[in-house]
Amino acid sequence: MKILVPVKRVLDYNVRPRVKPDGSGVDLANVKMSMNPFDEIAVEEAIRLKEKGVADEIVAVSIGPAKAQETLRTALAMGADRAILVEIDQDVEPLGVAKILKAIADEEQPALIVMGKQAIDDDANQTGQMLAALLDRPQGTFASAVTVEDDQVSVTREVDGGLETVRLSLPAIVTTDLRLNEPRYASLPNIMKAKKKPLETKSPADYAVDVVPRLKTLSVTEPPVRQAGVKVGSVDELVAKLKDLGVTA
Amino acid sequence: MNTLILIEHEDGTVKDASLATVTAAAKLGSVHALVAGEGEAARTAAEAAAKIEGVQKVLLASDAAYGQNLAENLAALIVPLMDGYEALLCAATSTGKNIAPRVAAKLDVMQVSDILSVEGERTFTRPIYAGNAIATVESSDAKLVITVRGTAFAKASREGGSAPVEEISGPGDQGVSQFVSLEGSKSERPELTSARIVVSGGRALKDAETFQQLITPLADKLGAAIGASRAAVDAGYIPNDFQVGQTGKIVAPEVYLAIGISGAIQHLAGMKDSKTIIAINKDPDAPIFQVADIGLVGDLFQIVPELTEKL
Repeated sequence: MKILVPVKRVLDYNVRPRVKPDGSGVDLANVKMSMNPFDEIAVEEAIRLKEKGVADEIVAVSIGPAKAQETLRTALAMGADRAILVEIDQDVEPLGVAKILKAIADEEQPALIVMGKQAIDDDANQTGQMLAALLDRPQGTFASAVTVEDDQVSVTREVDGGLETVRLSLPAIVTTDLRLNEPRYASLPNIMKAKKKPLETKSPADYAVDVVPRLKTLSVTEPPVRQAGVKVGSVDELVAKLKDLGVTA
Repeated sequence: MNTLILIEHEDGTVKDASLATVTAAAKLGSVHALVAGEGEAARTAAEAAAKIEGVQKVLLASDAAYGQNLAENLAALIVPLMDGYEALLCAATSTGKNIAPRVAAKLDVMQVSDILSVEGERTFTRPIYAGNAIATVESSDAKLVITVRGTAFAKASREGGSAPVEEISGPGDQGVSQFVSLEGSKSERPELTSARIVVSGGRALKDAETFQQLITPLADKLGAAIGASRAAVDAGYIPNDFQVGQTGKIVAPEVYLAIGISGAIQHLAGMKDSKTIIAINKDPDAPIFQVADIGLVGDLFQIVPELTEKL
């Protein structure tokens, strides 16, 4: 079966975001960008399914600027077979992304779509669910284990009260949580080989999808700064402070 | 504006996160509450929802298909109901996050995730970049679909309302997904996201046994919920539903005790709205001290037992 893996290029998770002084957004000029960590987990899971003989082809997709090619090359170096870049310079909201992905899924007919549960920039946690809705297919969100059995997939989900397992009919959409796997590093020979793998470039117009944003960002500000605290020198002082707060046994 | 909220319930009781959602919805207009579930538990929850202050009507959908919160079945129930409402609000819990975007896409609207405040009928604030920036966004969609951060809104009172309960029926089982099992980590402690006091441990606690030996007695003494950093969860000290952070639970208790937690941005995203933050760490330069109101630098293996004893 074929697996489709959408990946997003985001501000590297180790970089502290800086809000632009004019409040128009977060400054992304000259900062390190990488693949969204949850998407790395999605790519890894797809590769593992291929290694188990469950999948025979992995197609990585990204929607974003020309530089998102680098993110796709990373996916190819990890083990994806080919890639599709839908090139667009503006930010596309989860709904727009889901619509483009639906069009690609209609063309490619993957049995499984594996993607991150959320991107660490907009923290929306929507795209996978929206794609499942548009395709009218079941969804296994926040997955910490995925098992494909014939025409079904069992997904163990990280929910607030513990771990829930659901069984979904294929085709299905799975979104990955942190503990699903430990993504591999691309080796140098694989990075070289990835340069020769096919990467097709498309535009949103090829899919006749309207990506005009529905939400207007009026401003982006720094979160409120906390007052500087005090350091205490001993447990006794800490106990006294706790008692002042009304926190006692 | 007519709003519909999805009530989350367990064993016939409405969850705290839904009470906060009622408060957010009331800022937009009239509040109708949807209780979907199976059998008696759903009926009891609907009666409880009818008593919540601010709820004007309760819709009860009782069907075996709605017993396990499967997104496919619940979205199919909610979408046609939205003909009568301008907004759907869900708590930003694992259930709300799973269902709301599915409804939004079916309605062809962009969801506003995890709102912190209601600034106007169509204007909301929400955190981005792990809470390192706050965006104010305005929706241009015909209908609003919103998930609400529970710790950012006061909880509506469980008493004071007397809404009528109307039974409705939906399309039932969509036949594409099945619930198999739930492995819960049940405990007698206060629930992490609604506790007044949270005691959280990090990687410095060494192993699962040490975590239990040091953190549990202190939490017991304080009547606190137990939390953990991602490092502690990944190292297997404690199950992942105890994780506090961008990818775990968001908490804002009155007092948050961070023990052996360095304070990575992903962790801070989950707890920096706590009223008072107390940090115990042996590294005086740990980032946690930049947000802590009270800090104690030292060896947690000595400090924590001493603290537990002296409380």
